[in-house]
Amino acid sequence: MATLIIAEHDNSILKPATLNTVAAAVAIGGDVALLVVGEGCQAVADQAAQVAGVSKVLLADNAAYGHQLAENVAPLVAELAKTAGFDYVLAPATTTGKNLLPRVAALLDVGQLSDIVSVESADTFKRPIYAGNAIATVKSLDAIKVITVRGTAFDPVAAEGGSASIEAVTAVHDAALSRFVGEEVAKSDRPELTAARVIISGGRGMGNGENFALLEKVADKLGAAVGASRAAVDAGFVPNDMQVGQTGKIVAPELYIAVGISGAIQHLAGMKDSKVIVAINKDEEAPIFQVADYGLVADLFDAVPELEAKL
Amino acid sequence: MLSMRSAPAGVGLDSNAKRQNSMKVLVTVKRVLDYNVKVRVKADRSDVDLANVKMALNPFCEIAVEEAVRLKEAGVATEVIVVSIGPKAVQEQIRTALALGADRGIHIETENSPESLSVAKLLAKIVADEQPGLVILGKQAIDSDNNQTGPMLAALTGLSQGTFASEVKIEGDEALVTREVDGGLQTLGLKLPAIVTTDLRLNEPRYASLPNIMKAKKKPMEVKTPADLGVELRAHTELLGVEPPAERKGGIKVSSVAELVEKLKNEAKVI
Ligand SMILES: Cc1cc2nc3c(=O)[nH]c(=O)nc-3n(C[C@H](O)[C@H](O)[C@H](O)COP(=O)(O)OP(=O)(O)OC[C@H]3O[C@@H](n4cnc5c(N)ncnc54)[C@H](O)[C@@H]3O)c2cc1C
Ligand SMILES: Nc1ncnc2c1ncn2[C@@H]1O[C@H](COP(=O)(O)O)[C@@H](O)[C@H]1O
Repeated sequence: MATLIIAEHDNSILKPATLNTVAAAVAIGGDVALLVVGEGCQAVADQAAQVAGVSKVLLADNAAYGHQLAENVAPLVAELAKTAGFDYVLAPATTTGKNLLPRVAALLDVGQLSDIVSVESADTFKRPIYAGNAIATVKSLDAIKVITVRGTAFDPVAAEGGSASIEAVTAVHDAALSRFVGEEVAKSDRPELTAARVIISGGRGMGNGENFALLEKVADKLGAAVGASRAAVDAGFVPNDMQVGQTGKIVAPELYIAVGISGAIQHLAGMKDSKVIVAINKDEEAPIFQVADYGLVADLFDAVPELEAKL
Repeated sequence: MLSMRSAPAGVGLDSNAKRQNSMKVLVTVKRVLDYNVKVRVKADRSDVDLANVKMALNPFCEIAVEEAVRLKEAGVATEVIVVSIGPKAVQEQIRTALALGADRGIHIETENSPESLSVAKLLAKIVADEQPGLVILGKQAIDSDNNQTGPMLAALTGLSQGTFASEVKIEGDEALVTREVDGGLQTLGLKLPAIVTTDLRLNEPRYASLPNIMKAKKKPMEVKTPADLGVELRAHTELLGVEPPAERKGGIKVSSVAELVEKLKNEAKVI
């Protein structure tokens, strides 16, 4: 058995989500290869070669792959899966993985299992459906299994200790169907949401974007990431990359502090696997209290500054 | 450079009026449980219990319909065709889309709601028949949470793809699509025809007015079968069972910030 994993990276750094996906592949068993596809990404391949449990790194370094456009990368992955005899193709369930992998699956004429949270056997997996209100056990009937992996469900393998070989892949696919125009990447010194040990999130109750500074002060003291509900994103308080939930980021930190968030099922779907949940809300009936280990019924504009002072 | 939700759709209309004058937009709609409903697992754990549950248009599909209708209103699109796949009941959602402004419907009748790859195969045939300039799908169906069909359709048709769109602009023979990605926003230029999937911020769907609901009843709706389209569907997965998620134990209410901090330090030991 052999698994090909699409490494998540930005041409210079291997993203931690890759390590959780390797863990899923290790649970499946067999050889694990990491595909680093990009432009000027030798450094990523070098990091990938260190990852525990990985036996081979495939490096496809070409201008056509610079922005990992699905139209160019999918044919490469499908070709590798077929010609190099991979039984599994895995990617993290990030926006990159969600964009690419279904295109690969369709080229291979196989289905895809999205967002798996456990490996039951070589062909059977568990995955959440209906915003996590049910967990389905699904058996794949396809010869090549194409799967995205929910990072929070698998403890990452070690980033170091491995010594995989690096092999260059020279095939170039340039479909000329799409081009990269630009990006607005959020810059922050805080930990990434999906990797943070502590998260403090704000909702519509924050009132406006400026008030998120209250949460940032707490975050600074706790080394936390700052998240948000969809309502806060839609209202323009904060950018979309901060959204936690069914259709945003899935997180499971040690501590999740929800401030001015009501606790809609779509939000809970993204954070209810956190180890400890704190809710601060002035409405004692808010559904968020049903999942909170510690609930504080209070006005956030009093409670959050006080919390910051007491930390 | 990145402009966000600023210029109205239809910018650049003059530069390539010809293509746009004949551009059809295809939108897909899935019938799913209403997003406010919390489903429960059946007692025998074979599946979730959808008996007597309120059904609705998948929210992302509603946004897809709205976007298509706006493109038509802006003079960029000439016709909006809405497709749904599933049992007869999905005609209700097609009618909703027609009431929101789509021009005609196609219902592909199947016994159940097929898997994403099967849906994509059926849609690929419709794309071949109708030759739309743009196909807009939801990014994800909120029942399966699959998030697959758009890119699968793009693969099968050999077209460009712009997933998780928060802005779509047609400029010349390109669609400029701003995408909500994990790190922020990314803008791609997609060669038309293109496949786009919607994110929540793309637009705010309108409500159907009563006169438009009445009018929608008279709009044309074609019914086809997979056999009509020459597609043979195959199962790629088997559902072995469904279980409820691990329940969280109810916690406690603390009476003050001081108590909260004390508990987090000494009881939960997380700070
Ligand atoms: C298809 C779909 C997908 C979605 N995906 C997501 C998703 O991924 N993530 C997500 O979060 N949402 C998602 N949503 C939206 C979701 O349904 C809710 O609308 C949203 O989570 C509500 O956000 P909120 O709790 O911040 O706002 P509200 O529900 O408006 O709650 C605000 C809360 O703040 C409290 N509050 C107000 N002022 C104060 C104060 N001064 N002090 C203390 N408390 C105060 C109020 O009591 C209230 O409980 C999705 C919706 C749809 C339809
Ligand atoms: N049975 C269906 N009929 C019509 N459109 C569908 C169907 N299933 C999926 N889609 C479309 O594909 C999108 C993504 O669905 P999925 O990939 O299944 O999460 C949905 O938002 C719909 O626009």
